[in-house]
Amino acid sequence: MKPKAVKADIASKLVDKFNEFEKELNGHSKSPMHTVRKNALEELKSNGLPGPKDEEYKYTNLVKSIEKHIDLDNVSNDSSLSDSEVESFLFDNEDANIIVFINGLYAARHSKIISPVSDLVVLDFEEAFMQHPEEVIAHFGNYAAKYKDPYASVNTAFSKNGAFIKVSPGKVIEKPIMIHFISDTRQGIPVYYPRNLFIIGERSEVNIVESFHTFGDQPSLVNQVTEIVVSKEAKGSYYKLQLESDNAQRVDNTQIHQRKDSVFNTYTLTFGGAMVRNNLNIALEDPHCETHMYGLYLIKGNAHVDNHTVVDHIMPESFSNEIYKGILDDKATGVFNGKIFVRQDAQKTNAFQSNKNILLTDDAKMNSKPQLEIWADDVKCSHGCTTGQLDDEQMFYLRSRGISAESARAILLHAFAADVLETVKFEFIREHLDRIIHERLH
Amino acid sequence: MSKDNRVLEEITTSEYKYGFTSDIEADSAPKGLNEDIVRFISAKKNEPEWMLEWRLKAYHHWLTMKEPTWPNVKYPKIDFQDIIYYSAPKKKKKLNSLDEVDPELRETFEKLGISLDEQKRLTGVAVDAVLDSVSVATTFKKKLHELGIIFCSFSEAVHEHPELIKKYIGSVVPITDNYYAALNSAVFSDGSFCYIPKGVRCPMELSTYFRINAANTGQFERTLIVAEEGSYVSYLEGCTAPMRDENQLHAAVVEIMAEKNSEVKYSTVQNWYPGDKNGKGGIYNFVTKRGICKGDGSKISWTQVETGSAITWKYPSVILKGDNSIGEFYSVAVTNNHQQADTGTKMIHLGKNTKSRIVSKGVSAGFSQNSYRGLVKVHKRAENSRNFSQCDSLLMGDKCGAHTFPYIEIENSTARVEHEATTSKIGEDQIFYCNQRGIATEDAVALIVNGYCKEVLNQLPMEFAVEAQKLLALTLEGSVG
Repeated sequence: MKPKAVKADIASKLVDKFNEFEKELNGHSKSPMHTVRKNALEELKSNGLPGPKDEEYKYTNLVKSIEKHIDLDNVSNDSSLSDSEVESFLFDNEDANIIVFINGLYAARHSKIISPVSDLVVLDFEEAFMQHPEEVIAHFGNYAAKYKDPYASVNTAFSKNGAFIKVSPGKVIEKPIMIHFISDTRQGIPVYYPRNLFIIGERSEVNIVESFHTFGDQPSLVNQVTEIVVSKEAKGSYYKLQLESDNAQRVDNTQIHQRKDSVFNTYTLTFGGAMVRNNLNIALEDPHCETHMYGLYLIKGNAHVDNHTVVDHIMPESFSNEIYKGILDDKATGVFNGKIFVRQDAQKTNAFQSNKNILLTDDAKMNSKPQLEIWADDVKCSHGCTTGQLDDEQMFYLRSRGISAESARAILLHAFAADVLETVKFEFIREHLDRIIHERLH
Repeated sequence: MSKDNRVLEEITTSEYKYGFTSDIEADSAPKGLNEDIVRFISAKKNEPEWMLEWRLKAYHHWLTMKEPTWPNVKYPKIDFQDIIYYSAPKKKKKLNSLDEVDPELRETFEKLGISLDEQKRLTGVAVDAVLDSVSVATTFKKKLHELGIIFCSFSEAVHEHPELIKKYIGSVVPITDNYYAALNSAVFSDGSFCYIPKGVRCPMELSTYFRINAANTGQFERTLIVAEEGSYVSYLEGCTAPMRDENQLHAAVVEIMAEKNSEVKYSTVQNWYPGDKNGKGGIYNFVTKRGICKGDGSKISWTQVETGSAITWKYPSVILKGDNSIGEFYSVAVTNNHQQADTGTKMIHLGKNTKSRIVSKGVSAGFSQNSYRGLVKVHKRAENSRNFSQCDSLLMGDKCGAHTFPYIEIENSTARVEHEATTSKIGEDQIFYCNQRGIATEDAVALIVNGYCKEVLNQLPMEFAVEAQKLLALTLEGSVG
């Protein structure tokens, strides 16, 4: 179904912005990359942005939220972050490749790549296009266009900076790649469009950890697209740690393409943000792919977190596993939509999905929509979805052993989140998450 | 394999068992829909002014509405001007006994295995038989009358109980509800009205057999069930329709009102003509069914076995308004050949301690598409509400599809909502186990499918359960290759 064109003003404002953006590009406006941008803009012009009547945005009125908090005519991506302030966001892990983006711009000063260039290439997207134009053009926009999301088109139209990662075939990158996106809102309201492209070569292995932070109390709007190509027999994991402030607006599109015999794990961990929309689309293009999707959202205040996922089983004998868990406090709203498509050729598919939520208050809301669409007969697919509260009996068990109500609650919630946390491979991430959860629950 | 194929062919090529047309002179309206047709229908039925006004209001609202496109079904666009909106069997004088019923008409019923006198004598079921939109006979009226139960055709009720109809019509499904409900409200031909007074437990299963007869006739039934405080009723609806090449539209509306501590059980077996094996013909079944548990402690239970129709599109729903009220939905939807079904339920929890249970079993074979679409909504004030949903799909063959679209919206922390869905096929090990014990493959399939659907079939009243099992076996035997 075509998204209904609503609020022409936001879309038309974006079109004006695009013209400004085009002028700033100078000589690059004739490049093939720009053609992709222009096509994306045309799509935005004809389709507009989705309103609440649109099935995919039924529970999340992004347009309204953006209109309320972000004045597109009054955007400032200036930053005055000092070195020590940037350092405060980095994890305590010296032994990693680090890339930092401040208000969408690559901060070379804070970035360091320690893995050899023969194994791993990490560049700013703009730079990558200069150095590896063929590879970028071969993938750029190809995947994001497949599961059309209007916000992904907006990102494509404005794409310039972001992380480009290329892992050479057969190489195992042991040190994780840490990507930090920091919004500095002290100078104004930042609006930016990070564009990531990860090409994971055949038989290689890599772990990418992305984290998002905010500095200052003003709102920000980040519209991100990440395209990931997981080649034959490759292995990888991708973590998204969303730790933004209570005023941050975020639309995040992730498109993953898995080829034969590949294994990939995705983590979407949301602890902050006013309005967060994550679209995670995974296409299992070849046989024998394995994919795991983990999600955890622990939100409070008036936060609104929406996770939309798609697993598309195109060829036979693939396996997908999805576990999303949510704890909603205060007036927080959670949305989950998990689609599993099993195409006619995808016989012997094994797909599993589970979404479990705990509402801590009567003002919290949860809207779940698991969705299975199956065209093949020899498959095993199931999904489960629950929404409820903490178990009184478990609570009683702990209380009867002299544990205070507050601690008992924290223990149980921690245990609830453990299904996801325990699968996190890196100790330092797990510790960091434990710390955040601990702070949240006590 | 060749044997299986042969069986498959046998079954899929077998003609629709109930496919015949009875030659009864039909009293039809001209094709098309306009204000005059609405007036014509109303006049034909000698309706009072208020009824006509209500119809016209619905008609004018319908004109402003758009045909919905969201269901997961595909069909050629319906030309609403190419449908006959009214057709009645030749009118006779008032009937005193079954003998006065048109013999040919009775023969039709006998072919269907629901001979009226048979029913009357042996089963104790009161049948309000609807043949092409007009009730021809109503049995057991006397006995029900003694208890104060009103069970009659809708048009009769309009004349005899206008105060009840005025009060309740459109109170659960308003004319503005949706496209097909509005259409039905404008042109509904007839249907059943059922009123159970306070504290009365209806001693027999009430049943209506719908049947679509004359060619090119859309049938627009309207059923209204009102259960007063502390009453109980079990209502059965079953359908078969003759073979047709053109698609026939059926847009029914069912409204149920359950007052304090009352219980309504509504069971359906639907076996309308599904079209031939190439997907030609068949009935379009676009139905709005909704009940409201208005009083505290009331209960509404929907049970449906859907095997027919080219396209089925219905969502029997319950609005749980009263505290401690209960809503149930049990469904088996079987699709074969080119059938498409988009069916499910809505459970809307408004009152405290409300409970709902959804069990949906879908079976798809051939080239069919079977979708479950359901909503569970827990409002902010619905404390301690509880829902359990289970929707399973069984796939036979690799050309069919099974889809689930559950919507779960929770606004209260004390709510407990669970949803499970699985999709699978009949296990080779299960077939092997049966074969090994001398059970032929096709029998094994019937056995397994019946077992798979047992949870739902158990909810059906006795006589329906038997019919439903037969239907399942008939639709699916040999569908596994």
